[in-house]
Amino acid sequence: MFIKRSAVLTALLLMVAACSTGSGDSTTTVGTTSGAPETTTTLGESTTTSEPAFPVTVDAANGQVAIEAMPEAIISLSPSATENLFAVGAGQQVVAVDDQSNYPEGAPTTDLSGFTPNLESILSYDPDLVVITFDPGGLIEGLTAVGVPVLLLPSATSIDAAFGEIQVLGDATGHSEEAAAVIASMAADLSELVAEVGELIAGTTIYHELDPTYYSVSSASYVGELYALLGLVNIADAADPEGFGYPQLAAEYIVDQDPDVILLADAGFGESIDTLRQRPGWSEMKAVANDAVIAIDPDVSSRWTPRSVVFIREVAEAIAELVPVG
Amino acid sequence: MKTSTEPTRTKPAKPRRLVIVFGLLAWVIAGLAGLLLGPVSLPFSESLRALADAIPGVAMAHSLTDTQVAILYEIRAPRVMMGSMVGAILAVGGAAYQGVFRNPLADPYLLGVAAGAGLGATIGFGIGTDANFVTLLAFLGATGAVALTYLLGRSMGNRTATALILAGVAVSAFATALQTYLLQRNSDTLRSVYTWVFGRLTTVGWSEVGGLFPYAIVAVGLIFAQRRALDVLGVGDDEASALGLNVTRVRWVVVLAATLATAAAVSVSGLIGFVGIIVPHTIRLMTSWSYRVIVPLSIVFGAGFLVAADLVARTVAAPAELPIGIVTAFLGAPFFLVVLRSVGRES
Repeated sequence: MFIKRSAVLTALLLMVAACSTGSGDSTTTVGTTSGAPETTTTLGESTTTSEPAFPVTVDAANGQVAIEAMPEAIISLSPSATENLFAVGAGQQVVAVDDQSNYPEGAPTTDLSGFTPNLESILSYDPDLVVITFDPGGLIEGLTAVGVPVLLLPSATSIDAAFGEIQVLGDATGHSEEAAAVIASMAADLSELVAEVGELIAGTTIYHELDPTYYSVSSASYVGELYALLGLVNIADAADPEGFGYPQLAAEYIVDQDPDVILLADAGFGESIDTLRQRPGWSEMKAVANDAVIAIDPDVSSRWTPRSVVFIREVAEAIAELVPVG
Repeated sequence: MKTSTEPTRTKPAKPRRLVIVFGLLAWVIAGLAGLLLGPVSLPFSESLRALADAIPGVAMAHSLTDTQVAILYEIRAPRVMMGSMVGAILAVGGAAYQGVFRNPLADPYLLGVAAGAGLGATIGFGIGTDANFVTLLAFLGATGAVALTYLLGRSMGNRTATALILAGVAVSAFATALQTYLLQRNSDTLRSVYTWVFGRLTTVGWSEVGGLFPYAIVAVGLIFAQRRALDVLGVGDDEASALGLNVTRVRWVVVLAATLATAAAVSVSGLIGFVGIIVPHTIRLMTSWSYRVIVPLSIVFGAGFLVAADLVARTVAAPAELPIGIVTAFLGAPFFLVVLRSVGRES
């Protein structure tokens, strides 16, 4: 874990360096201008700028996807993709997002489902680009058949993968520059955070609870890699040798591991330090006795978006405050 | 029993007693293994001493830490107890249904218990309050579905078991459809619902054990008391009535007891499949077709089987857990086929 952590950290620092020189002399690498045209708020044809070079071909999980012209009717069936599209400045081009996409506020939420997508309802929005996290079967085929390009961007399992997806979304929508800037700022914020609190909280053991049946996240997930980056020791890692990312832990294992800090993603579903205390054998656990239980937002903590950087800072700071106790 | 028209396969009483002893022994061994083994390794002899210490009247010093004692008494012991009760209820409930409906595939799941509980749990997760509420709704869903099955079955005019089972199939299909629809509408609850459906003894503590205990005792006791009547029912409704059995009353008592207990078990443990079919049939194939044998053996072997399955569920991928419903099907189905084949060859 230590080796992996320092490797990710080095990669981050390199990225920060590369990006800062890039934006410093304002020479462009992929796109052209830095997204100023996108400040126009008019919807429709007029938002099409002459600047971004289309057609483009981007690499998604479903292979190389060719996009002929700048998309103006994007459908996102993934809450993370929705956030990332808005973050790179493509929000104006998004016409519909799935029922789970609840951020940012202006996102055009519909009753489209990302879990059980319906080809006809998707086509009724007349999209020119569809972004999905998974294909339950036939969706990509169906959309491709009618000439709608599809980007399959699966759940990011690492910081690298998350950055890659943000860049793909930028490239595909004519916002390469902004995407690069978003990534650079995320990378910078992360390395700054590590420099600030890394020493203080490294080695703290954590248990991230997804639900009251002890499903957890390991370091093989995006949020798990953020924890690992901070040097936090995740007790779920031992239960996930295949790197699946979301193992279900045995109750006695959690009690025996006795983590320093418990992160509750199910706090919105009735779990709290009081319900933890009532669980068999939990009242004597350090984290429960020391009140080192932190409620976290289940949405932000499960998405690979710029908001995750703010989230991990809050977690790191909360843990740093607890450290003298733990 | 001259009343039975089945070929009298009833074996002499002595080997049967041996089977009971063997079943009890298997259950005790599974239970001890369930207490002593797990993802966290506890010192073996000290754990034994700690367990002996818990027996009233025995005082024995042991060197387990507080955490280890908590693992032994607060986590493993209730799981073993819960596994025993759920296993016994599911197995004896299946045996009772098979007897009452004279249908080898009957078990409480068939009349809508599983589908109703699943629907109730889905609604519970959708509303998104605490776990107790989900349990309550699952119980209401299970009993509600069976009640609906009854009303429908009776309204079909004839009082035969077939009408009831057909009604059960219809109600199950309807509840499942409704559950799927709700899941589609609230896809964020998908994982919680599936975790629930696959069955879990993961989070069980003494309070859940205490909650299920009265159901287990009353239901198992009632069915046990009716084991002779179940044999008489085997000859058919008319013949059983002619023999002086109150068929309707026996059917009501047994079905009500099995249903309520299964609903209670399922609402705590989730849907654990196959136990109600496999355990009674294995016993039937290996010992006797008489419910005087099947009922007590189902209780003992059902308990032992589920405790063993739960031990597999929490050790095979340790420290990760496997859903117990998968383990019971994975172990149970091939085992059942082996029994079926070997008995088929004998006869």
